[in-house]
Amino acid sequence: MPQNITLRVNGETKTISADPEEPLLYILRDEFALSGAKYGCGLHQCGACMVIADSKAEPTCLRPCSSFENTEITTLEGLKKNGKLHSVQQAFIDTQAAQCGYCLNGMIISAVALLEENPKPSENEIRTALDPVICRCGTHSRFIKAVKLASQTLNQ
Amino acid sequence: MKELETANASRRSFLKSTGHLMIGFSLYPFASCETKGASLEIPPYEGTPLRPHIDNKLIDSWIRLDAEGYLTVLSGKQELGQGIKTALIQIAAEELDIEPARCRIINSDTGQTANEGFTAGSNSVEGSGKAIRNAAAEARLYLLKLAAQKWNTSPESLTVANGIIKSPKGDEISYWQLLEGKFIEEKITGEAVPKNPSQYKYVGQSVKRDDIQKMVKGESHFVHDLRMPGTVHARIFHPPSYQDRLASIDLSGIESMPGVLKVIKNGSFLAVVAEREYQAVKAREKLKSLAVWNKAPIETPSDQLFDSMKSTAGKPEEVKLSPGIADVIAKAPINHQAEYFKPYTMHASMGPSCAVALWEADLLTVWTATQGVYPVRGTLADLFSLEEEKIRCIGVPGSGCYGQNGSDDVSGEAALIAKEMPGTHVRLQWMREDEHKWEPYGTAMSFQLSAGMDSDGKILAWDTNVWSDSHSTRPNGQAASFVSARHLAPPFPFKKGGFSGGSYRNGIPEYTIAAKQLHLYNYSGPLRTSSLRGLGAYGNTFAMESFLDELIQKSGNDPIDFRLRNLEDPRAKAVLETLAEKTGWKSRQKAAGYGFGIAYSRYKNSTSYFAVLAEVEIDREAKTYQLKKLTGVIDSGLVINPDGLKNQTEGGMIQSASWSMIEEVRYDQDGIKSTDWTSYPILRTIQTPEIEVHLIDRPDTPPMGAGEAAMGPVSAAIANAIFDATGSRIRDLPLKAEKIDWDAIS
Repeated sequence: MPQNITLRVNGETKTISADPEEPLLYILRDEFALSGAKYGCGLHQCGACMVIADSKAEPTCLRPCSSFENTEITTLEGLKKNGKLHSVQQAFIDTQAAQCGYCLNGMIISAVALLEENPKPSENEIRTALDPVICRCGTHSRFIKAVKLASQTLNQ
Repeated sequence: MKELETANASRRSFLKSTGHLMIGFSLYPFASCETKGASLEIPPYEGTPLRPHIDNKLIDSWIRLDAEGYLTVLSGKQELGQGIKTALIQIAAEELDIEPARCRIINSDTGQTANEGFTAGSNSVEGSGKAIRNAAAEARLYLLKLAAQKWNTSPESLTVANGIIKSPKGDEISYWQLLEGKFIEEKITGEAVPKNPSQYKYVGQSVKRDDIQKMVKGESHFVHDLRMPGTVHARIFHPPSYQDRLASIDLSGIESMPGVLKVIKNGSFLAVVAEREYQAVKAREKLKSLAVWNKAPIETPSDQLFDSMKSTAGKPEEVKLSPGIADVIAKAPINHQAEYFKPYTMHASMGPSCAVALWEADLLTVWTATQGVYPVRGTLADLFSLEEEKIRCIGVPGSGCYGQNGSDDVSGEAALIAKEMPGTHVRLQWMREDEHKWEPYGTAMSFQLSAGMDSDGKILAWDTNVWSDSHSTRPNGQAASFVSARHLAPPFPFKKGGFSGGSYRNGIPEYTIAAKQLHLYNYSGPLRTSSLRGLGAYGNTFAMESFLDELIQKSGNDPIDFRLRNLEDPRAKAVLETLAEKTGWKSRQKAAGYGFGIAYSRYKNSTSYFAVLAEVEIDREAKTYQLKKLTGVIDSGLVINPDGLKNQTEGGMIQSASWSMIEEVRYDQDGIKSTDWTSYPILRTIQTPEIEVHLIDRPDTPPMGAGEAAMGPVSAAIANAIFDATGSRIRDLPLKAEKIDWDAIS
């Protein structure tokens, strides 16, 4: 049965009526009209659906929306601050780190979460942080380059 | 220069009405982009009025200047993540001298763009690029003539800077002022001569892609992201296996589920429509649990696939004959024979296929990520027995597809479902298992190669036998090319096409060899197949360049020197020489447990040249190996966008490494067992090798397709590197560590 669920997404709090078991992904796309997080597998295997939940990169395609109550959720759309792109977003543009771009949400979200916790990651730490996200076009080497660039920018 | 008249008034009003709809929602395909560096007096891009495509000989079919201050390019080729939008804009911008930042592009829309068939075979720059270059050059000449007439001077005396024509006397007028809001109705005559590459300003620059800017912000970009008011969500449940057919299902429990608007059962075609996406997902789960199927097993077990291919009945196609070749090989001082194998592999798109369809009376609009909007339209026309003019297919980017993934099928299915929901936009997305189980795979292939060499290491004869299923079952105007049309009652019968060129692509070596022969056995295999990046070139090049390496090892030659001695084309030699120079090939340090592998090919024997070095390191304790680095050199003629070409080549190299080392579709008699990323793993970031790409720019030669050039050579280079490190020759893909003879390593 639907019940009231209160979610805090990109700094705004909204109460919606939904099946508490409904995965957060569908709520974000249907109720919040956000397109950043995407359906990729519905199995928490590919990372297309990631958001930052209390500073951790989390998949959303299986995990019930109700479990995200009292959590600070940031989506790709919410990374911009004062009209300025996050350093990771800018680095992805600067290195042209995309082909089809379907994985960008997971890659950028994972990179932002990594850099918040570890501002100067080694290449191996970057690889490990991006590993949960599938990329089929083979853009991995550019993602690694982009995260290194973002780390440099953030530490300037 | 006048208001264009169209012959078919009803068609025109249809286009107008759907165009209106489009503008009302998300401006697709008039996607507005952020302008970079455009000065303040330029108005925002308003889009160009919707005008149906009439004839590809009209300038207006490719180039439009009716949005004040902007150039709009039209192309029948789809953006697949290869950056084609940017490359085509650069080409048009160059000929018309307008900054790329003031150019927009509309791709793949049967309501507006030319019929350019499929976006395939890496030929978008060669095909669409050429048409756009010519149209833009004609438009420029036309405009210069118009201005010259106005100022009573000659077109040759005029110059253009960013869309403003200037005369020697100081007169100035912009293209848009000159056209006074009308559009160019002239034909492409061939009179205009495109610019000389030495004058290029925008072509050859690494112009950044606008779509990446949008995507990093999470803006709507993919067909998956389209949101029309009142859109409802659909899911389909495909049969558990190819030939399974529905025995029975009780739908009553599904129809009463929350939000469910419709449950569709037509033969074995089962679908649900719901208000919310998650409700459709839940209803699909219920369909899956309630449906009872008549099972039909897959007849060729996977462990007998190789033998089944080799026992293909009937005469082979004689692609190239060389009478007496067997004798030459038998009598040669060095001769060798080997067999290779490639399994079924997936496109495995990261986003399961999606489409949106809308029926308004008997008019159908489909928003689709297909590689061919016109072929899909023709196939929809057959499916619904409807005139093509009543169908509009609008191309919207999908998740990377690399050939025919599920995008065509899902477009047909969305239209079938939407038919039951007239007046409503129906969005259908496949689930992960739909994509993994139902996409048409890149076919399994077998190769038997034999060759003879003289004692100086010169190859005398090279004989190839190839066994392959079809590399193209794309939509062809027959409804059954949409897989679900085969499940309807009554089913549409499916016939495989006769195209076999994909099967022997790159099968005949371009090395200097007096006697070459190739036979193709057209095999009809157990799994659904169609076009996957490179088609047969991937497997053929794996076999050829592995086999060549075997000959090189047998005759004690150097892999680069040997290839250089046996190639005549200076451009082929140049990619290998550049590779040797960039990697320090001659001074490489041979260490135990470390291997170097070389491979080369010219894609389709006629387009881009690509040479690659693979480096692997083995771990004898763990009995594994790691691909450490790939270095590639590519010559694809004139380079339109250097960073874009590098990006495509890097992506091809990494994707091929994944195919070659890890991937193979698993199945048994009950159906496909590779249903997700655990049962069909692909390369992830931790395993990704270091990638280095070098370009050879040839401004004086035409640009050539590059997106598929790396696929074949990378596979052979890795196999050759594994041999170099371990002495084990793996001839059947994927190149799994367990196939290495670890006990034989000294």
